[in-house]
Amino acid sequence: MTEKIATRDAYGKALVELGRRMDKIVVLDADLSKSTKTALFAEEFPLRFFNMGISEADMMGTAAGLAASGYIPFVSTFGVFATGRVFDQIRNSIAYTRLNVKIAATHTGITVGEDGASHQALEDIALMRVLPHMTVVVPADGRQTYQAVEAIAGCEGPVYLRLGRPKVPQVIPEGLPFELGRGQLLREGKDFAFLATGITVGLSLEASQLLERQGINAAVVNIHTIKPLDKDLLLHMAAKTGAFVTVEEHSVIGGLGSAIAELISGNYPIPVIRVGINDTFGESGSPEALLIKYGFTVENLIKAGQTAMEKKR
Amino acid sequence: MPVISAAAVEELRLKARKLRQDIITMIYEAASGHPGGALSVLDILVVLYYKVMKIDPGNYLDPQRDRLVLSKGHACPALYAVLADRGFFPSSYLSVLRKIDSPLQGHPDMRKTPGVEMSTGSLGQGLSAANGMALAARLDNSRRRVYVVLGDGEIQEGQVWEAAMTAAHYRLDNLTAFLDYNGLQIDGWIRDVKSPEPVAEKWRAFGWHVLEVEGHDYASLLKAIGRAHTNKGAPTIIIAHTVKGKGVSFMENQIDWHGRAPNKEEYEQALAELQK
Repeated sequence: MTEKIATRDAYGKALVELGRRMDKIVVLDADLSKSTKTALFAEEFPLRFFNMGISEADMMGTAAGLAASGYIPFVSTFGVFATGRVFDQIRNSIAYTRLNVKIAATHTGITVGEDGASHQALEDIALMRVLPHMTVVVPADGRQTYQAVEAIAGCEGPVYLRLGRPKVPQVIPEGLPFELGRGQLLREGKDFAFLATGITVGLSLEASQLLERQGINAAVVNIHTIKPLDKDLLLHMAAKTGAFVTVEEHSVIGGLGSAIAELISGNYPIPVIRVGINDTFGESGSPEALLIKYGFTVENLIKAGQTAMEKKR
Repeated sequence: MPVISAAAVEELRLKARKLRQDIITMIYEAASGHPGGALSVLDILVVLYYKVMKIDPGNYLDPQRDRLVLSKGHACPALYAVLADRGFFPSSYLSVLRKIDSPLQGHPDMRKTPGVEMSTGSLGQGLSAANGMALAARLDNSRRRVYVVLGDGEIQEGQVWEAAMTAAHYRLDNLTAFLDYNGLQIDGWIRDVKSPEPVAEKWRAFGWHVLEVEGHDYASLLKAIGRAHTNKGAPTIIIAHTVKGKGVSFMENQIDWHGRAPNKEEYEQALAELQK
């Protein structure tokens, strides 16, 4: 296995590289720049970095004003503060206005770990996905984060980029191109498909390898862009496999699983089993212990796959 | 030395009288809207759009233009009347305010209305956006200026004070805020609902250069804006003491006129007063 890297670390480095190439990139943070890794950008480009203090609502509005004047603001803080806390500011000043603001949230999901439920964003995808004009991106590993940051800097309009705290292994093959809105078929299969996002992509690949020994061919698709969904690929996979298991480090309400169920129910109805946080808040603990307690295990994924296959008609 | 001649003041007064008629007519035709705050804020907008701001209606996206954010977005009929008169869009737009498929939304929409710099309406957000525009002007090494108009009830929103800290911290002396201090909000006098007093002291304590003027007096407004322009190292707020419903006798200082349209009889009476 290659070196592990946290997606937030990759984000911080990618920002610096982009900052050298694109002078319109500015960065705002709300007193968490050491954790979100925007401190790297601040160090190299102090005049293009704005520490807004602990005032996230104002930070979102300021970013909107910068974007309205031609800048490309990347706005960072933890996921809970980057979405729910400032939902109305994002809705009215960023999404409704279609301004070119990139919200890059770190510390999302249960793997925030020891800080506990107050800091674990488990509903951020749902909140951002419901907003018109918003693009929602969840990279699977460090390398993909580089690609995603570059892609969203080059696209026009608001984006929510979901990043994580812990170091994670590289799971996306090197050289695989990244395109916003296009899923990545990482493993072919015909019995059912894992549709995973973020750090659950690696787990899904592991589960599919174990399943293969049992004679079950599970496909694995990385849905790094949750909005807009890759409709063509998903409908193709639905026809090919006849059953889906969605996997996300997020509530099963409103996130990837919901998005796919919404698409599938109206276009190609097949069973969709959703693996995620089951309508509950998180708690303190190590990321590893939390992942096990909340069902992000190979065993649980295999069980979900079996359920999905049983429900096939 | 006066900053404006008596003749120029008279010209503005006549212009404002015509614009007040436009506001009342728009809201009457829309059969809904907010006449009280539109009438109180109008004279601030008149001074800015006819005497101060560097703008070109024919090239309204010029990156070097001055910007105005109407943070109290519900007062937009005043802004629309001014923008139409200045030629940002045809005055025929005014008759479709708040109607289906209209370029003039019930609250300002920067994507639909030429000359609207920021979509507002959800109170408390405009100063943050204006700060961003002022920071952008500084990054661009541009002398362009940013203006923002806040409502007095609006400053009950916490985000306003976050933004007030930001403007002072970043020493945004290219930013001038106006407080349309008409004293009324939907549920009554702001001092009864939840008093923001002492207002001037609060802004001063937040690091702002604070001026107070009579908000319907063009010469005073212009003088204050001149002082804001020359003040260095801090943003300026001009607390403009205004009258809600200004110019229509039965609307003045009446909270009932915050957010309702006149009926036919009231409309004709208001227009008759404004045509005198």
